[in-house]
Amino acid sequence: MPPDVEATAEQVFVALVDPSRRAILAALASGGPATATDLASRLPITRQAIAKHLGLLAEAGLVTAEPGERRRIRYRLHSAPMQVAQQFLAALARDWDGRLDALRNHLDK
Amino acid sequence: MGFPDRIERVVDIARPPAKVWAALTTDEGLASWFGDQASIDLRPGGAAQMTFSSGDTVYMRVERVEEPTVFSFTWHIYGLPDDDPRRTYVEFTLEPTAAGTRLTVVESGFAQLPDDAHKTAYDGNARGWASELGELVDYLDAA
Repeated sequence: MPPDVEATAEQVFVALVDPSRRAILAALASGGPATATDLASRLPITRQAIAKHLGLLAEAGLVTAEPGERRRIRYRLHSAPMQVAQQFLAALARDWDGRLDALRNHLDK
Repeated sequence: MGFPDRIERVVDIARPPAKVWAALTTDEGLASWFGDQASIDLRPGGAAQMTFSSGDTVYMRVERVEEPTVFSFTWHIYGLPDDDPRRTYVEFTLEPTAAGTRLTVVESGFAQLPDDAHKTAYDGNARGWASELGELVDYLDAA
């Protein structure tokens, strides 16, 4: 895992910019660990492109490769970086402005 | 640009600190602006919970109770798994002003990393589930 939350969150958001990588991560989240071949049969993306994206995602620590023979390698989602990105989103979504408006409205009554 | 660890807001409210304090620290007060339903055990270490119209319930742990100037609690970071130990700290500070109360809210802790112990426990869990599911499959295959 990279040393700081900023770098980790950035890797997650960079990964999510690309629609193919979003589709791959979504497929792993919904269907569990899969090989590049499994993913190619489910997604409108070539196996070659999927293998390339999985390599990038593994380097960024967003998926982990299970040990195995090359074509049979299964990839699984590694959730720790997603949780760091979620902390960033949680801070943006806290909505203290809305809550404090509600508090003032309540006390003004 | 940076990862937001801390949220801070200051608002002036045209009510005395005692009124603001009641809105922050009583069941009725919290239920009237924060949650739809609320209950709070107002002492350090006490439990509080709020239910929202969405049906979500949040659980808080009361930390500081220094009437009528400081009230704080910790709660879970939204979106993380329920067993995740990371929590943010929310502190309200009330200062009397000529016009009423100056209320400062600080929520901090969004940028904390999971500690190593938690990471180990978490990875352990993930492996545990994979192997337990594997055992279930073996069991069903054998039946």
